[in-house]
Amino acid sequence: MGCRSYQHLAAAQTRLGPQAPNPIFVVNKRVSKGPGLWRVWAAPTRYRPPLMPQSNCSQKNCSKKADLTSSLMRECIGELLAGIRCARCNRPILNLRYHGIRGPSLLTGLLFGIAILWLLGAVGLTATRQPGGGLAGWAVYAGSLAVCAFLAVAAVSFLLEENAGTPTLILPFGLPMLAAHFRLDDLAAYFLLIVDAVGGLAALYGLGYGRHDGDAVRVLPFFPVFLAGMNLVLLADDAYTFMLSWEFMSVASWLLVLSSHQKQESRRAAHIYLLMAAFGTAALIAAFGVMGGVDGGFTFAAMRAHPLSPTLATLVLGFLLVGAGSKAGVVPLHAWLPLAHPAAPSHVSALMSGVMTKVAIYAIIRVVFDLAGHIEWWWGLVVLALGAATALLGVLYAIMQEDMKTLLAYSTVENIGIIVIGLGLAIAFQAEGAKMLAGLALLAALFHAFNHALYKSLLFFGAGAVLTATGQRNLDRLGGLIHRMPHTALAFLIGCAAISALPPLNGFASEWLILQAVLSGPQLSQWSLQLAIPVVGALLVLATALASVCFVRAFGIAFLGRARSPDAAGAHEVAVSMRSAMAVIAAACVILGALPMTVLSLARPVVQSLVGVAPLPVTPLPWLWLVPDINRASSYSGLILLVGFLVTAGVVQFVRRIVSGRVRRSAPWGCGFPDTGPTAQYTASSFAQPIRRVFGTTVFHATEVVIMPEPGDTSPASFTVVMHDLVWERLYRPVGLGLAWCTVRISALQNASIREYLALMFGALVVLLIAIVVVPR
Amino acid sequence: MTMMAVLAQGIQMVLVLALAPGLTGLVRLVKARLVGRRGPGLIQPYRDLMRLFRKDAVLADNASWLFRNTPYLVFAVVWFAATLVPTFTTLLPLGPSADFIAVVAFLGSARFFTALAGMDIGTSFGGIGASREMMIGSLAEPAVLMVIFTISLLVHSTSLTQIAEYIVVSAVGIRVSLVMALISLIIVAIAENGRIPVDNPSTHLELTMVHEAMVLEYSGRHLALIEAAAMVRLQLFMSLIICVFAPYGMAMKNDTPGTLLVGIGLYGAKLFCGAVALGLFETSIAKMRVFRVGEFLGSALLLSILAMIYLYISRAL
Repeated sequence: MGCRSYQHLAAAQTRLGPQAPNPIFVVNKRVSKGPGLWRVWAAPTRYRPPLMPQSNCSQKNCSKKADLTSSLMRECIGELLAGIRCARCNRPILNLRYHGIRGPSLLTGLLFGIAILWLLGAVGLTATRQPGGGLAGWAVYAGSLAVCAFLAVAAVSFLLEENAGTPTLILPFGLPMLAAHFRLDDLAAYFLLIVDAVGGLAALYGLGYGRHDGDAVRVLPFFPVFLAGMNLVLLADDAYTFMLSWEFMSVASWLLVLSSHQKQESRRAAHIYLLMAAFGTAALIAAFGVMGGVDGGFTFAAMRAHPLSPTLATLVLGFLLVGAGSKAGVVPLHAWLPLAHPAAPSHVSALMSGVMTKVAIYAIIRVVFDLAGHIEWWWGLVVLALGAATALLGVLYAIMQEDMKTLLAYSTVENIGIIVIGLGLAIAFQAEGAKMLAGLALLAALFHAFNHALYKSLLFFGAGAVLTATGQRNLDRLGGLIHRMPHTALAFLIGCAAISALPPLNGFASEWLILQAVLSGPQLSQWSLQLAIPVVGALLVLATALASVCFVRAFGIAFLGRARSPDAAGAHEVAVSMRSAMAVIAAACVILGALPMTVLSLARPVVQSLVGVAPLPVTPLPWLWLVPDINRASSYSGLILLVGFLVTAGVVQFVRRIVSGRVRRSAPWGCGFPDTGPTAQYTASSFAQPIRRVFGTTVFHATEVVIMPEPGDTSPASFTVVMHDLVWERLYRPVGLGLAWCTVRISALQNASIREYLALMFGALVVLLIAIVVVPR
Repeated sequence: MTMMAVLAQGIQMVLVLALAPGLTGLVRLVKARLVGRRGPGLIQPYRDLMRLFRKDAVLADNASWLFRNTPYLVFAVVWFAATLVPTFTTLLPLGPSADFIAVVAFLGSARFFTALAGMDIGTSFGGIGASREMMIGSLAEPAVLMVIFTISLLVHSTSLTQIAEYIVVSAVGIRVSLVMALISLIIVAIAENGRIPVDNPSTHLELTMVHEAMVLEYSGRHLALIEAAAMVRLQLFMSLIICVFAPYGMAMKNDTPGTLLVGIGLYGAKLFCGAVALGLFETSIAKMRVFRVGEFLGSALLLSILAMIYLYISRAL
């Protein structure tokens, strides 16, 4: 089949001639004269299949891949995608490029996929009350999995394409006189890959998860719609479509948080989330309003064409950091995140934490590096400071949590901080004209975004598996799960190691790249940046080291030791689909750690399109080495570390052959005292105690009250820790009180008499008339 | 190049393993002599390891696969990390695969899994050791990065091979900033290896120990591997300090087997000096309370930041 369609295209190619110019598709905009609102209509009018090796299907040159071997990218992934070949003529058949799905048709295909996600949402409405939602539940998740797989493969094929252009499409939807603009470029494609890779795995996980959780039925209509919203945000090419998709994403995720609405804390979380989302949206609208300017150029193309003045650009950055920053969880706007993310079912938590925060990062990158058109060097300082504060506070909060999913949500805050540090470095370098370094920092941030999406969803899947098996989220009610759930434990362990940035896993590779960018900080000319960047680097390393404390604690308390509750003692391994979703991500964490160039080669064109240069110089064996800067001669190879470690470990295993290999079992050492039972183990809070002693008094204003009765006194001893969340107390509460105060004052107006209303209107009219006269034209 | 380099890599791999117990034995011997004891001989650690290897391993009833496999993993990680640090030659083919940052982070993996193994049995000792070890480790890491930053400011690379070659070839001389960075790195090394002001490796009271409390449940060949890993780690940190601050005499590219031999000899001499210095330091200072460690490591961070600022200023002059 593949062979025949290939020959068909080859025939078309021969007719058009191989020397035809290379921008392969042409989009013609024509304005129809017809009545109605749908005025603007564009369609691909001329479409030509892609250029192919000239001597196509003549059998002797069949395996020639003239355009495949040309670049670094191809060496890394192109081969993989092109790997499945037609048995008869040895042509690649899995590669979308060879079937001519590209350009506007690719964009149309993506939008069709998103439309199918909407339809799946409608299917989800027919779900029955039985566990898992019956057939509808299966259809929603299987359908989402298929669509996400298609979207992810399409995104990869687009990124691998050289000279792929930026297909645009204008659809007659939206406000009167306006159309919906869509555009696919490298940046959008990269984030599409993040969204849909994780989205597909979440759907796979959902297939098994829904069978155990009664609330999960209520997720069905909104799960695909949420995915569709996130995808649309990435494809939107005008402010209106962007904000509409953004709001769909927000509202869908809000409904997902509400799926367990019987719980008081879920309702509270959803309420706070809704408030913060509305606040963030307002800020984003303001940002787009400033960029659109007085002329109201609301398409991104118009914004790109009109660079902003420094003042206006700074204003945009401020609004953006509030709007997109609150969605991403940048301190101090993170407060909703650890409430809302854990309240949803676990696969949705994974999507919110792993993916939706990345969509917010996408918005920041899109506006700062693409639309605003102006970058000030001191923005770098602001963004770096925000990132460092976010990373450090996020992880410190995470260490103090006893709820597994809340811990993971706070850890998301930390990782967003790390990504924001990468962005801050990119901004600083870009403003100073050090494009290569800006590219390196941006590349590192993009890579970390990908990695975090992977391992954070893995960890949320693991937490969901634990929740399914035990019904518990509290670490102090768990323990010993490694014996009962060995597969989940192994996957969760890999996730913990990856998020703790342990080499040779993927988390370390991206952090290493960010640190290399940090180490290039002295090349900047601003002394404040020169001094700030190393300090930010130290804070980044501290945050990473504390993350490993956090995840030793999470894994150690939940999976190791002895069961702390009957629920944990009676746990069983979870469904195959859930385990396979976790296994896929765990394998990806190892592979991307060993071969980081796989993802980096996809991120490289993104950086090239945004910054202008492609970072990571081409070295011999590019898939093996990570060399950030050819002049600095620093290098890292995850694969060599992994293989070297495995070989060494193999050698060490021989010890067992040579020396005594016997094992005896006995009771653990208890200083001669009888076994005190599982309650004598270290708990989650006792494990966090050293960190609380070091940081608690300054960051949390922690106070410890120890009541120790005198010897002979039979009253119970007690130990109480009081910790304060300063962000809530110092920022949110005053704002909330102020708002309430204003509301009460304004509500007086709502009950005024008719005379007062008339007086108000008259007053307003007078003021407006004066304004018209006074304000010069 | 290739033949010599592979040979050098092989020698290095064997050398770090062969010397490590001797180094620990030397430190113990120096400490014993300083307090007026005869002390066990240099080869006592080798005998201890052999004794442990011959014994059966006793596992707690509820030990998991993680507990059983951690000693192999930890030893492999530390051993492999030790082969990446240039000791007597910079001619290591595996050298470029991990720079200063990656070597330190690789050791972090060993700490991560040791701490997990400490929590596997579910006793208080494992938990107390694990939580304190993780705290000490996480407080040490920012100081390491600042040291790396300072050196990379001078050398423009984080590759250990590059650093060693730069220090030897360009004759940086004695700089205030490098001395501060050295002190900072020594403090970090003391903390990471659980040496005396931070932790006492030879105490017998579980509650005062950090590292030893964590590995309390290990026995037989498992304990031997854990102990051997600790010995290799001590040597690794000494090699790291030697490589960054005193790489003189190290064989460089295009060198003959003769210079390799000289390099090995000099490396041995440097290790000897390091062991004597460590023994002197440990006998002259008392162990501090666990929660003073934060201040101790904070001073390392402060010193390394000062080193960086000094270097900035001297560059600007």
